[in-house]
Amino acid sequence: MASWYALVAVGLFIAGYILAGSRARAVAGGDYAGMHSLPTYHGLYTASLAFLPALFIFICGSFIAGQLATYSAISALPENIQSDVLRQGAALREAINIVRGGSPAAASAEVQSAAESYGSVLSAGQWATLALGMLAGFGGLSWGLSRVSMNFRARNNFEKLVHGLLWICATIAVLTTVGIVFSVVGETYRFFFDPDIKGKPTVFEFLFGTDWNPQAAMRADQGDIQTAYGFLPLLTGTLLITTIAIVVAGPLGLFSAIYLAEYASPRMRAIAKPILEILAGIPTVVLGFFAALTVAPYIRGWGEAFGLEVASESALAAGVVMGMMIIPFISSLSDDVINAVPQSLRDGAYAMGATKSETIRQVILPAALPGIVSAFMLAISRAIGETMIVVMAAGLAANLTFNPLDAVTTITVQIKTILVGDQEFDSAKTLAAFALGFVLFFVTLVLNFIALKVVQRYREQYD
Amino acid sequence: MDMRPDPLIMMTTQTAQATVAAKPKIVARNVNVFYGEKHALKDVSVDIPERSVTSFIGPSGCGKSTFLRCINRMNDTVPSCRVEGTILIDGKDIYDPALDPVQLRARVGMVFQKPNPFPKSIYDNVAYGPRIHGLSRSKGELDQIVEASLRKASLWEEVKDRLTDSGTGLSGGQQQRLCIARTIAINPEIILMDEPCSALDPIATARIEELMEELRHNFTIVIVTHSMQQAARVSQQTAFFHLGHVVEVGETPQIFTNPTDKRTQDYITGRFG
Repeated sequence: MASWYALVAVGLFIAGYILAGSRARAVAGGDYAGMHSLPTYHGLYTASLAFLPALFIFICGSFIAGQLATYSAISALPENIQSDVLRQGAALREAINIVRGGSPAAASAEVQSAAESYGSVLSAGQWATLALGMLAGFGGLSWGLSRVSMNFRARNNFEKLVHGLLWICATIAVLTTVGIVFSVVGETYRFFFDPDIKGKPTVFEFLFGTDWNPQAAMRADQGDIQTAYGFLPLLTGTLLITTIAIVVAGPLGLFSAIYLAEYASPRMRAIAKPILEILAGIPTVVLGFFAALTVAPYIRGWGEAFGLEVASESALAAGVVMGMMIIPFISSLSDDVINAVPQSLRDGAYAMGATKSETIRQVILPAALPGIVSAFMLAISRAIGETMIVVMAAGLAANLTFNPLDAVTTITVQIKTILVGDQEFDSAKTLAAFALGFVLFFVTLVLNFIALKVVQRYREQYD
Repeated sequence: MDMRPDPLIMMTTQTAQATVAAKPKIVARNVNVFYGEKHALKDVSVDIPERSVTSFIGPSGCGKSTFLRCINRMNDTVPSCRVEGTILIDGKDIYDPALDPVQLRARVGMVFQKPNPFPKSIYDNVAYGPRIHGLSRSKGELDQIVEASLRKASLWEEVKDRLTDSGTGLSGGQQQRLCIARTIAINPEIILMDEPCSALDPIATARIEELMEELRHNFTIVIVTHSMQQAARVSQQTAFFHLGHVVEVGETPQIFTNPTDKRTQDYITGRFG
């Protein structure tokens, strides 16, 4: 059905383009200069007039047909199933499966009748949609064809259509973001304020509590373990690992960018830059087991050689490997912005008798600073959002500590831990993930805001 | 066969005239410059006298900017560039391997075609050179250098109340004067100017030209220009470059009123270029 529809719509588009184009050529009779718009634009305009209404009717029509079919299936079910939300949902899913060619064998008579009703309404709706869509498409096509003339402004009208199309795409992108934010905020609100949720913390307990233990004791022999939703250990864990990552990746990434941009020969650069960028392509799960199985034992070994107590899963191991992960972000982006600093500034500094390193330190880096700051911010956002490496290398223990040799956990790891496996959707434990997600989102937002301010403060115009 | 006189001999006779005005500060002999395979400058020999303005004129791509960039070894920053021959400043070879180009550039300042102030404050732009070369012992001394340089570049009155503003926020003509102030702050002996007015409007150009007239009492100035009127207005000596050769060097009035070479005559009367 949908594929037939797509075929017809594309056919309308091509027909509109060819018919309107050839009519425009016939109208012009070779005098293209005297025509307001070239035949191509007449073709594109008519093609859009045929295609867009058909597309619009398909989107609306299939939605409405689905809704009507569901409604008719529900009303075909007996009273006692209709009144029970859970049984109604199950029956409905079964009916839809039957219509789609699932297993009709085990279905009861009520479900069978619901399925028949669903199927007949759906197919009637789809046929109606197809008929309407074709009608609209042909209508648009003939209207477009009738408007082809010497003076018709097809070029400007097509421009308007393009404008509208781009506006719709931009709006959808923005609305998606807004939707996600609202969903997270809504669930976070439920976590804190919904009276039906048991064992939830207050906002104050969440933000300033020092214990994190979303899983209460399930059996008597597990002792007296209370749930606790104190977010501080997760925040300190996140900050600790991110700090270690930036301490590792910041200097390495920036200095390698400076080397690549200013010192390396073109040959060296052509080899080194792609290799650095391959590092960005290593899946984080690979980096994660590299951290857990290779780096962590090394750190433990070194620590023991110095007589230090090192957890076998440590913040240091995770942070160092995460630093390796974000080196390419910093180096590649910084390299680009350093290269974008105009050569005239370098010439100016050299002509003043500055050495290469003076030029870089005092002229090029300040000029490239906004870009370098955004590179760092992007890297930090990646580090804060990274989960896999921390899961494997830093452990799950929510310790409130700043000791890089201890096991810690992060916000993202706890979100993952909470939501892995089967969940009740309305328990405090599950909803805690939304609260964590909200805080994470907020932290990243603040960081981006700071970065924006820094960039604005130091942005320089040079041209 | 080219029948014109050997450029070296011709040049020597003309420097005999030029030395009446001043002794040569820069002496170039048989300078050849290659960019990779391209032979950009061919056997250039010129004497540039002290404390005066010497202008290089000629059509685009004739090598005048290339030669200018040899004088402070800015061509060293171009990887494919190779320089042969001798350039002496005060009798010392500047391509001597023992000589540090960084120190040379502190003595030979340069102003570029497009104003290129650093993205720093006006004060820091001017203070940049004195700072990296350690020319001041105290903040007060640095302030004095900055003020004196901006005054010499006749920019002080316009910017004295906003020294902390960014140098890139000035108008084009002010930016170029800032670049000149920045250059004279390290007190160079020679100032090279590579078409310093080509990005400026006529009023800003006039101010830069006035400035050059004042500066020539203390500095040796070499200017590359596309405007023959400008060369005639500001310079005491003129060298005409064509296809990588120096065709003719001499006193500016003589070059413009009585050139010895046919090509110079054709160029200044606007027959080509």
